[in-house]
Amino acid sequence: MTAQGKIAVSFDAEKARADFAILSRQVYGKPLVYLDSGASAQKPDVVLDTMRTFAMSEYANVHRGVHFLSAAATDRYEAARRTVQKFLGAASENEIVFTKGGTEAINLVAYSHLMPTIQPGDEIVLSVMEHHSNIVPWHFLRERNGAVLRWVDVQGDGSLDIEALDAAIGPKTKLVAITHMSNVLGTITPLKDIVARAHAKGVPVLADGCQGAVHETVGVQALDIDFYVITGHKLYGPTGIGALYAKKAHLKTMRPFNGGGEMIREVMKDRITYADPPARFEAGTPPIIESVGLATALEYLMALDRAAVAAHEHDLLAYARQQVGQFNWLRVIGDAPGKGAILSFEADGMHAHDLATILDREGVAVRAGHHCAQVLMERFGVASTSRASFALYNNRADVDALIAGLHKARGILGHG
Amino acid sequence: MDSALRELYQEVILDHSRHPRHYGAMEGASHKAEGYNPLCGDKVTVYLQLDADGRVADIKFEGKGCAISQASASMMVDMLKGRTAAEADQLMQGFLHLVKGEDASGLAEDDRERLEVMGGISEFPMRVKCATLAWHTYKNAVEEGAT
Repeated sequence: MTAQGKIAVSFDAEKARADFAILSRQVYGKPLVYLDSGASAQKPDVVLDTMRTFAMSEYANVHRGVHFLSAAATDRYEAARRTVQKFLGAASENEIVFTKGGTEAINLVAYSHLMPTIQPGDEIVLSVMEHHSNIVPWHFLRERNGAVLRWVDVQGDGSLDIEALDAAIGPKTKLVAITHMSNVLGTITPLKDIVARAHAKGVPVLADGCQGAVHETVGVQALDIDFYVITGHKLYGPTGIGALYAKKAHLKTMRPFNGGGEMIREVMKDRITYADPPARFEAGTPPIIESVGLATALEYLMALDRAAVAAHEHDLLAYARQQVGQFNWLRVIGDAPGKGAILSFEADGMHAHDLATILDREGVAVRAGHHCAQVLMERFGVASTSRASFALYNNRADVDALIAGLHKARGILGHG
Repeated sequence: MDSALRELYQEVILDHSRHPRHYGAMEGASHKAEGYNPLCGDKVTVYLQLDADGRVADIKFEGKGCAISQASASMMVDMLKGRTAAEADQLMQGFLHLVKGEDASGLAEDDRERLEVMGGISEFPMRVKCATLAWHTYKNAVEEGAT
């Protein structure tokens, strides 16, 4: 059998499609063509069913009661932590902190790891292709603590300028904060190389894996990365949950962020001691049902041949890229080699929102706007783009519907 | 073609968006405001020359955005020019009702006829903000934009 044949056998996209009930619905009388998984992925039935079953049979608060259900729920919650540990290849489950999403995970690093020690003039290195969630927390440190943001440019094709990044890391750099995969360009960053270069100068690295972990297999130990951030709802899991991976040594020195129940050891009138990590960073009742949903989604992903899934997504991207290549009125933004399955573009005389509205009436859901990446929009001199993002459940028929919709939009909106 | 789409993107709207009327900056404007839709990045600046009694003696706009926001701004400046403050307010209220699919009977007959082309937007709730951006910016200019 050929390599191609093996891939087809090891991942069956049509079979996977059937795992997602929502994909069989129609919008405006047309079959749904969901090309907005980069914003939020649909959830397989097994995730929703498992959350429901758990809530109906084993639910209670965690780490509190001595009763039967509390013990059962605590077991599931801690099992979910071990699933995330396995998914990310972490050395210990205690290096996984549950958060309410990727944004909170990055804020946690900003407030707990950097804010207590950062001095005016200290630097944070980040790329121009970061999502606002990996920009705004560092702006807080700039505003409040006098930190300096050092921006690293991308090349014209959207590739990271690794030499520029290396050059930006200096004696005052306290952190490199970089995406694993751009939510606009699809660019995959060379994390291993970035970490090696940063560590050579004694600087820790945070990767925003909200997109990257969906499409790439992550091994935080192999990468030797300091912080890695994921969010549940892009990983085919529920909203309201994400996770921060942080090396044990960092967690030990990080100051608590939110204060409340569950993160303490002892609270007296005049003093307080804190629980060990990761509980120290999980104040209040955590997203318990969501943790079970996230674990189920990750188990679902890990049960697939992820290399084959990636090959499928790359095939869709290549097909879509080739198809839009026929339009001389359309400009693709982001053509980095090896990029992930995201296609952003702008069209002459057609604003992204008009285009998205017309595609929507064809049942085709794409994102239009600045994608929470205004620094990147400025870099490419555009106010907004349209973005089709592909997931494991998309197929070539979805791409064909997108292309037909683009033809139609051109017909309606004309030549500008 | 989808009839709702045809109504949304009818020729009058596309014409206004491609060839906006009274487009550009105004030197010595008495009032000015910038409108911004953070959702899509659309921007519009409205310049006014208001008489002592509040009549819109002159009005211009400039901006970047989708066909709906640009067409709406273009039609707005076209229709507001020469109106008294009260007439302008009545027009704005009527317009806001119209694009939300509400009762727009407060509009004068000929205003309603001219604005009818924007009525299709009520079928697209996600796009109502595009249509109202210029109008809210105009209101801001009047109330807080004295230069």
